[in-house]
Amino acid sequence: MVDLSTNCGGIRSPNPFWLASAPPANSGPQIQRAFDHGWGGAVWKTLGTPIQNVSSRFGGVDYRGLKNIGFNNIELITDRPLESNFREIYETKKKYPKHAVIVSLMVETREQWQDIIKRAIDAGADGLELNFGCPHGMCERGMGSAVGQEPKVNQEITSWAVEYSTVPVLVKLTPNVANIVPHGLAAQRGGAHGVSLINTIKSIIGVDIDRFVPQPFVAGRSTNGGYCGAAVRPIALHMVAALAREPEFRIPISGIGGVTNWRDAVEFMLLGASSVQVCTEVMLRGYRIVEDMIEGLTDYMRDKGFSKLDDMIGKAVPNFTEWGELDLNFETVAKIDANACIGCHLCVVACDDGAHQCIHPAKDSRVPVVDEAECVGCNLCQIVCPVPGCITMAPVDNGFAPATWNDHVHDGKPLRPKKAAH
Amino acid sequence: MAKLDPNRSECAFTDFKAPYDRDQAVMEANRCLYCHDAPCVTACPTSIEIPEFIRKISTGNVRGAARTIFDANIHGMSCARVCPVEVLCVGACVHNLQHVPPIQIGKLQRYATDIAYAQRWQFFEAGAATGTSVGLVGAGPASLACAHELRRLGHACTIYEKRAVPGGLDTTGVAPYKMRADQSLDEVEWIMGIGGIELRTGVEVGSRPSWAELQAQHDALFLGFGLGVDTPLSIPGEELAGVWGAVEFIERLKLGKVAVSTVRNAVVVGGGNTAIDAVRELLGLGARTVTMLYRGTEAKMSGYGHEWEAALVEGARALWQALPVAVLGRDRVEGLRCLRVDDDKRPVQGTEFELEADLVLVAIGQAKLGELVAGLPGVGVERGRILVDGEGRTGNAKIWAGGDCTNGGMEVVNASAEGKRAARSIHAALKGGEKGTQGHG
Repeated sequence: MVDLSTNCGGIRSPNPFWLASAPPANSGPQIQRAFDHGWGGAVWKTLGTPIQNVSSRFGGVDYRGLKNIGFNNIELITDRPLESNFREIYETKKKYPKHAVIVSLMVETREQWQDIIKRAIDAGADGLELNFGCPHGMCERGMGSAVGQEPKVNQEITSWAVEYSTVPVLVKLTPNVANIVPHGLAAQRGGAHGVSLINTIKSIIGVDIDRFVPQPFVAGRSTNGGYCGAAVRPIALHMVAALAREPEFRIPISGIGGVTNWRDAVEFMLLGASSVQVCTEVMLRGYRIVEDMIEGLTDYMRDKGFSKLDDMIGKAVPNFTEWGELDLNFETVAKIDANACIGCHLCVVACDDGAHQCIHPAKDSRVPVVDEAECVGCNLCQIVCPVPGCITMAPVDNGFAPATWNDHVHDGKPLRPKKAAH
Repeated sequence: MAKLDPNRSECAFTDFKAPYDRDQAVMEANRCLYCHDAPCVTACPTSIEIPEFIRKISTGNVRGAARTIFDANIHGMSCARVCPVEVLCVGACVHNLQHVPPIQIGKLQRYATDIAYAQRWQFFEAGAATGTSVGLVGAGPASLACAHELRRLGHACTIYEKRAVPGGLDTTGVAPYKMRADQSLDEVEWIMGIGGIELRTGVEVGSRPSWAELQAQHDALFLGFGLGVDTPLSIPGEELAGVWGAVEFIERLKLGKVAVSTVRNAVVVGGGNTAIDAVRELLGLGARTVTMLYRGTEAKMSGYGHEWEAALVEGARALWQALPVAVLGRDRVEGLRCLRVDDDKRPVQGTEFELEADLVLVAIGQAKLGELVAGLPGVGVERGRILVDGEGRTGNAKIWAGGDCTNGGMEVVNASAEGKRAARSIHAALKGGEKGTQGHG
């Protein structure tokens, strides 16, 4: 039996799949529909002093026919009256008592924070999320990422919120910093019960090359927006993992950034996330994607023998380390499965032009030949190969004991001879 | 250029493969893996850089895609329509090995080349004049490809054509559901757009002008006159009305009119691609039943399997391992007397049967025209085909040849490739010849 019930910093939900604070979580009717589809929680689109938005607001990055592998927006926080939002929060919680409703907040002064926190909790919020991450528009007004980029300000505002709140407080972090760790620690020092990351990345999503205007197009001009979607997942995974492996950092993480399916969610959880938040994929495909996420996660856990989320959360963190701790004597070479190979020679050109010139066309076959004496095991060929499983990276027993760079420098452990470095 | 009858029979046909619009083309282009040393390129007689042009379609660089195609094959427009891609580029697509539908290379090529024609993009300029002149005999794909390449290299060209219309079988023989004659003439005009190609139609080379006159007028000759008339069955009754050579009949339906709608039982004799084309054309024109009569088995027919499959879908019938021995009828054909043949294609006595037929098309081959060159010293002929080496050189140092008259009857793409290859060889020879143009060409 697999139990998906989630506890992220004291916020409980039937599963770890939460809508992120964004357009899909803009209103009560939307969030209630999402819960009907199976979402475990929702972070209400950020409340603050309602703003005026622009047209248009979104942009997508397409790649080789795949639409929107990356996405951005220049939409701001809620533009709806606070009264409507609070009323709908109340109605939603009444109807869905077991689902998590976390209310995202962004205001300026201490008094404003005190007031809006009280109103959110009175409406029934299970938790709060402090939006210290928005990289466009709001930061120009001294909020959002302008707060998240300053650990002292972050800590101070967090401590106000924790003081005024009777429910758990998450701090949403911006990735627009050189190193995420001090910012997570600042939230922790401020008393936060958890952090959520990443918010969006400062970006220009594209340029209209006919009108000479960046996108999205707003009356002949544009501005930087927040980058998100599948393409940002590697950045998000790194930042989540960087906090998860920091010994001083001890509060839970809600992972955000390019989660599109159950596999992505598993990756975040293995690197330390207790819940995941999704926006872009819902904007592109709708709430219905959660069905596959729940099934896929459940089956994965069953296959791996995990009965509860805690069995898997952070399981890959110990294996994330510094470069200097990697075994330099670990050696692999590419092996091509001749039966699976379709003869496209993408590995040949990739190795020739982009790697170490060790995969060569065969004389009387379309199956290329790996010069194993030269192959450095970089795995570019495996990555470009269109046939799953055709190219594998086979470990080579070179007789050298494991040795990291640090081992080598400090203890003089011998390193294997370099390959293809003539 | 000659005017075509707008009501000719072939106009009853529409494209058997719908063209791509932009969205379809880009979507298909994005499926291409962009193979390196791609098998599809190897499979193309003109070695079009297929992954490159497909990538250009995917990025919206359609002009570049068309340039890539035409640079390799000036017949890119017609080849996109008439090439048997199933056995060439598409058949070689690596997706086949993964049991994934192969990339529709022909349709993508058509997309790019159709836009190039519609936009009247011109990609090529004639090279600086070399002062040399080449005479080309026959205005089919081989000569046109040769002439175009020679013009890019700066040589003057004159094409001599027996018919009133140029384009060879592209104009007179291509199945109309692939390409109509007017589209072929558009292509000829497009190719001649490079300038400096003089086209003389209605000219019977060998008599007027004579080979000697032609040799005197030009520094080099290219022979690309294709094949001759349909091979007859040589059986009693063949002279009856309603019995046609298939190539002749197809030419008539391409350029003029044929009456087929009243035909009840058409029989096409043969098992090659011309026979299959004829079957499909008769069905398309309304013949009630069309039967292919072939002395071999279905497995041994020389026509392409994918074409025969299409014919079957359209309602074709077949009689395998049978041979006509007499055409029956009084004033016109009424039937065929046939014999069964065994697995070695030998007639089996006592197996005679009669087949009703009010139209019979004979598609068992075309005459080789090797004897045409009897007056040209050094030009070797074997079983009617002109002998050439890999560069299209005949045994006469000033004469090259290519296309059906050398290969015995292959595809447009082969003829185009051979013509271009010969042009390169002619250029190399002329540069080093009497009117050497080193420093100019």
